[in-house]
Amino acid sequence: MSVIVGAAAPVAIRPRRRVSFRAVFGLSVLLVMGASAVLAPQLAPWDPAKQMLMKRLRPPMWQERGLREHPLGTDHLGRDILSRLLYGGRISLGVGLTAVTLSALLGVTLGLLAGFFGGRADTLIMRIVDVFLAIPYILLVMGVVFALGPSLLTVILVMGATRWVHFARVVRADVLSIREREFVAGARARGNRALRLLLRHVLPNALTPIIVMTTLELAFMIIYESALSFLGLGVQPPTPTWGWMLSDGRNYLATAWWLATLPGLTIMLTVLAVNLLGDWLRDTLDPRLKV
Amino acid sequence: MAPQARLSLFSFVARRLLQSLGVLLGVSVIVFALLHLTGDPTRLLLPLEAREEDVRQLRALLGLDDPLWIQYVRFLSRAVRGDFGLSFKHQVPALTLIAQTLPATLQLTAAGLALALVVAVPAGILAALKRNSVLDAVCSVGVLLGQAMPVYWLGLLLIMVFAVGLGWFPAAGRDGLASLVLPATALGAFSMARIARMARSGMLEVLAQDYVRTARAAGIRTFLVTYKYALKNAAIPLVTIVGLEFGILLGGAVITETIFAWPGVGRLAVDAIFSRDYPLVQAIVAVLATLFVVINLVVDLVYTYLDPRIVYVRSAL
Repeated sequence: MSVIVGAAAPVAIRPRRRVSFRAVFGLSVLLVMGASAVLAPQLAPWDPAKQMLMKRLRPPMWQERGLREHPLGTDHLGRDILSRLLYGGRISLGVGLTAVTLSALLGVTLGLLAGFFGGRADTLIMRIVDVFLAIPYILLVMGVVFALGPSLLTVILVMGATRWVHFARVVRADVLSIREREFVAGARARGNRALRLLLRHVLPNALTPIIVMTTLELAFMIIYESALSFLGLGVQPPTPTWGWMLSDGRNYLATAWWLATLPGLTIMLTVLAVNLLGDWLRDTLDPRLKV
Repeated sequence: MAPQARLSLFSFVARRLLQSLGVLLGVSVIVFALLHLTGDPTRLLLPLEAREEDVRQLRALLGLDDPLWIQYVRFLSRAVRGDFGLSFKHQVPALTLIAQTLPATLQLTAAGLALALVVAVPAGILAALKRNSVLDAVCSVGVLLGQAMPVYWLGLLLIMVFAVGLGWFPAAGRDGLASLVLPATALGAFSMARIARMARSGMLEVLAQDYVRTARAAGIRTFLVTYKYALKNAAIPLVTIVGLEFGILLGGAVITETIFAWPGVGRLAVDAIFSRDYPLVQAIVAVLATLFVVINLVVDLVYTYLDPRIVYVRSAL
């Protein structure tokens, strides 16, 4: 590894705006998505798995042949797209949030240990990190998920257990500099034990990059959960997921544009909102941060 | 920071090489474990109704009754010689299959990366030079959309518009340059967004440096300052990115190749996973990881050569 000497980034002083567009947009989209996922059973006009073959491939209601009772149209089996999108959000957001939480817990813990104690623990943990970084993520996840048998739980566990390395790397680098600061030395001199030092003095000062990382990783997890579903390795049908819906739409690109376009737009909007929120958090909490 | 001992260039290179070997050893453990995660590997080979006796015979034949560490050593010594066994499905050495498909993947990855660089670097630099202009805004929106758009959806959209709708490019397969355009665009889009963002912030950072101001104050023309002094220094962090991006693109190729029926390693891998062809899966993971490690080793060495401010420190290794 190499280290750049004496390359401190200039801190740009920017005028403070009262309300940030990124924050408002990101938060409101996420709130709407989150609420509609939680309330899907109440909001969805139809049972997402109900097939109505008489009403196959109906376009959204603003188009010719569209039906009022199916605002976003129906798919190749006559299932209501809106209801499926609402239910799919439960999977995408649910899997994303739990997998991120899992990988953050693992990564932060190991990153703290590596950075704070150094020595052999550090070497071992960072070598494991390097190994995970070298393997193409999607292949690793696909291989393991398939070996264990695809299910909701497998997808969450595997995504969480393979992605922690990114947290570990960032947290370790941060802890390396925090542990040399005076307040840590002071707390140590007052006789605090290592665990207390870590939890009360080091961790709180490493929170900013962890928060920012969490949002960016959430976006990543949402994209990859739907990629797994798209490839047929995610949560299994009949549970609707956004990735699965996209994959269904693949065969109707020429005839029924809404099948692939609507779930794709939904994924993009969600990821965009999460990213905007992450960017805003980074710029607000610490503009010099590079994660 | 811990006291850092400076290393000579030679020992830096030697250490970096050793570290890469260590990573590959770790990769081999994971690749080995992949097969055993499935439970009993003989079940993958034999039909479900196979007799218990046949299962036992095959286990003995494959050496599956030996202790795990002996099996691992055997696996490793074969893998080092490029022997990952026969593909269950194709009944040819796994490495032969990879050798046949790797060129297609490298072509796609290189095209995606080249496209990303050609668009993103000028766009990022121009956005930095004309900060807060319309161009900068367009660039930012592009970056945001590029980072939020999943490759499989972008791929489908491209097919829908340019293959099905306009009929400009083929929707699938590998047949000449025209068939490369859509998959390379889909694959490169995400990297494009990230590189543009890096190029912009890197350029802004350099433009704020003292030596740029000094050069300007000395009356050197803006054009020269920008393209001779600033650009050179802004390019350095981009070099590391190229190595990392290449690895990420190799992974992204798995999905892109599936969508566009591109006959590369990625599609081979997906196919192997679904047909439970684990020797082939193992070989592909090992080969792609090795490629990644080698590329990043080269990039790291080039990087230290480019940037004389870099010192080699023991603690970072």
